[in-house]
Amino acid sequence: MNAGQRQWFFGCSLAAFVGLLLWGVLGLPPLGHYRGPYGDAINQAVVAQRHATDAIAAVNFDYRGVDTIVEEFILFASVAGCTLLLRQQRDEEAGMARTRALEGRMGQTSAAVTALGLTLAVPVALLGWYVVTHGQLTPGGGFQGGTIMASGAVFLYLAGEYVTLRRLNPPPLLEVLEALGAGGYILIGFAGMATGAAFLQNVLPLGRVGQVNSAGTIWVISMSVGMEVAAAFVLLATEFMEQALDLRQRRRI
Amino acid sequence: MTDALQAATLVLAAAGGLAVVITRDVVRQALMMSLFGLLLAILFFAFQAPDVALSEIAVGTIVIPVLLLFTIAKVRNQEKER
Repeated sequence: MNAGQRQWFFGCSLAAFVGLLLWGVLGLPPLGHYRGPYGDAINQAVVAQRHATDAIAAVNFDYRGVDTIVEEFILFASVAGCTLLLRQQRDEEAGMARTRALEGRMGQTSAAVTALGLTLAVPVALLGWYVVTHGQLTPGGGFQGGTIMASGAVFLYLAGEYVTLRRLNPPPLLEVLEALGAGGYILIGFAGMATGAAFLQNVLPLGRVGQVNSAGTIWVISMSVGMEVAAAFVLLATEFMEQALDLRQRRRI
Repeated sequence: MTDALQAATLVLAAAGGLAVVITRDVVRQALMMSLFGLLLAILFFAFQAPDVALSEIAVGTIVIPVLLLFTIAKVRNQEKER
């Protein structure tokens, strides 16, 4: 394909794309004018039915809980796939030599970045935990809080404390936590069936509106998801870090 | 007021996306993407979607750029060895 043909092809595609986009955008309802009945129905029913004040968490973990299981397993499978791919490419001997060569260069994180990273790591992880446990009350929940907790671990890396990060997060432990988080969700679903209700039905006591331990299974599922997501992201970051830095140790799995 | 805020965040996000695309150096591009993630999070917040904004801050601003930086470091180390 020569340059002229390419430009012609690009021009045609662009025209078609802009046409379709305009057609789609012009058919949208005006900004701020929601038309569907579902959102309104949920907003009216959620506090009375589920004792949760964050309707989004209630939809994610209760009304549409099965969808969220699938989403969670997409993340689980992706992280498992990444881990598998990254592990296959490790060659131990060349890696150890490179680690020694890199060690000198890697220690040069500036003092300001180290101080900031170390100062932020724990508060950020705590904030993530807060977001996980308050998902049913305020915006947030398992996924959001889990990623924030994992960010706390990433700050440890940014502080240059990759050896600490590696020791704090041995991948076998993370894998167990991730699997427990993902499996816990399904187990909570079966708890509904064990009491004679449907899969994932909210069978736990709902508690008082506005309290932390309210909203029944929403609260428990949120924590389960938080554990899964935080472990998954830290695992992913650790695997990438080990690939990048060749900071590997012999695995005992 | 809200309309002006929403319009401003839309323009900023568009500018941020463009900045990511036109940055040529990959390390700068990863950092620019982090900034773009923050702009998107502010946009989501202005459009009253705080749940999405929280995920975007953690995933788009921190996790993805850091994974990209790891990948760039790995590729550069391999290139040096050759």
